[in-house]
Amino acid sequence: MPLWLDLLVRVVAVLIGFLVLPLVVGQAEHKVMAHMQGRLGPMYAGGFHGWAQLVADGVKFVQKEDITPRDADRAVFRLAPMVALFPYLVVILVIPLGPGGLVAQSLDVGLFFVLAVLGIGVVAVLMAAWASANKYSLLGGLRGAAQLLGYELPLVLSAASIAMAAGTLSLPGIVEAWNPWWLLWQAPAALVFFISGLAEIRRPPFDMPIADSELVFGYMTEYTGLRFAFFLLAEYVGIVVIAALTTVLFLGGWHGPASDHLGWLWTLLKIFAVAFVIIWLRVTYPRMREDQLQRLCWLILVPVSLAQLVLTAAVKVAL
Amino acid sequence: MSEQAERSTPGKGLVNGLAVTLKTLTKRSTTQQYPDVEPDLPPRSRGVIALLEENCTVCMLCARECPDWCIYIDSHKEEVVVPGAARPRQRNVLDKFDIDFSLCMYCGICIEVCPFDALHWSPEFEYAETDVLDLLHDKNRLAAWMPTVPAPPAHDVLGEPSKEEATATRKLAGPGAATAAKTARPSVRPKPPTTATPEPPAAPGPTAAPEPPAAPGPTAASGPTAAPEPPAASGPTAAPEPGQ
Repeated sequence: MPLWLDLLVRVVAVLIGFLVLPLVVGQAEHKVMAHMQGRLGPMYAGGFHGWAQLVADGVKFVQKEDITPRDADRAVFRLAPMVALFPYLVVILVIPLGPGGLVAQSLDVGLFFVLAVLGIGVVAVLMAAWASANKYSLLGGLRGAAQLLGYELPLVLSAASIAMAAGTLSLPGIVEAWNPWWLLWQAPAALVFFISGLAEIRRPPFDMPIADSELVFGYMTEYTGLRFAFFLLAEYVGIVVIAALTTVLFLGGWHGPASDHLGWLWTLLKIFAVAFVIIWLRVTYPRMREDQLQRLCWLILVPVSLAQLVLTAAVKVAL
Repeated sequence: MSEQAERSTPGKGLVNGLAVTLKTLTKRSTTQQYPDVEPDLPPRSRGVIALLEENCTVCMLCARECPDWCIYIDSHKEEVVVPGAARPRQRNVLDKFDIDFSLCMYCGICIEVCPFDALHWSPEFEYAETDVLDLLHDKNRLAAWMPTVPAPPAHDVLGEPSKEEATATRKLAGPGAATAAKTARPSVRPKPPTTATPEPPAAPGPTAAPEPPAAPGPTAASGPTAAPEPPAASGPTAAPEPGQ
């Protein structure tokens, strides 16, 4: 296969995954949330149980007027949704789907790259918040910045633990080195990573920056139409990315029966299972207050991840 | 104690919450898909108010009692010549009976207060309009709801029979058996209320009492249930009623 064709196939595959997986997760959220609340959810769009609801939503968003507030910083305001969406697209590039190089771009420093790119999310939030020239947006954005900066620490520390255990920063390498008993040994790190991942994508119960009952819609208040749709898409791609990272780092990625042939299926199944848990948590728990949010991060998650790091180091040295 | 024990187990509330949502997920949802599936309404739902024009005597009680004054009534008097009577009788003819459903709050006071059962609840509710002015239903439209009114609930078998029923059976039995109709009833209560007692001994006149003057109430004109008394429905004689 010539290089350009190979490249094209990989890029198209990533793009398809980037566009399809969030829709699947979004539709699953519609239906799961509805049934958890004793409702039916969308039933009309597309005929069968409203399967085309998100497509219809997309069409609606495209038709809506694109409004930029008069006092907004126009360039920054318009750029923010792209900046919010782009890091996730790049992260999907390096997530391994199956064994034998079934990954769009294998990087030796994959984990480092992923964590660095995910950090760009803060910038997007701050851009949107500041450029909107709206006090609710600004409040939401500052809360978001405080939250993202705070939770970045346990996220990185717990990821460092697994990297230390595997002895590599490459994502396929980590999955390769994974053992079922790591589930036990790295459980605290897995929990910390998952929870701070939830906070990173600002999902309930960590949606204080958005907090629609007090801040209108946080840093997204002034956005309409396609730009708002980009923010929403970023949220659902965020779910996919966090679920995929949890899967790859802590749940053994493609490991499972017949993983040589069905590795990609195992990875996808695990991703959807984790995404289901993310939705489940959203339906179940109320939003945390800002102080509770910071408290959880600094008093529980950071110490736990540090302890896990020490444990991992000790085991690594002892063995 | 148990609450303290619950609180002392860390994370128990969190797990309970997750269990609740997961359990609900496995149950059938309670949504009724309304436009596709007709809603399963309780039998005496308050949907819209129907008017039985024949029963209305323009007493205006409904319009006066309406808390937000959404009933508009106009009428005029008509003279009716009754053969054999000394002078012509007057009766009220309904010209306008409008209910503004944009104001109505469905309290049902008008229906409660109507002495002659001219107003009824109908369970129909699909009369939304794009123009608020179209929510003013005139008397024809209100009368059109009448066929949708469900039949009245069955009479309580242990209850006292209605006045109309009692009068009819008494008349059928003749003057002598007036008390038999009352004694035949299973006497659940020791003594029927005193309002009923003065009638029977007073009634047995020689002319079989065409219209017991002792009964001041709505015996004669109370609409559909008054079937055994044909002369009652025939207009002017039936209206020695209050509240003009």
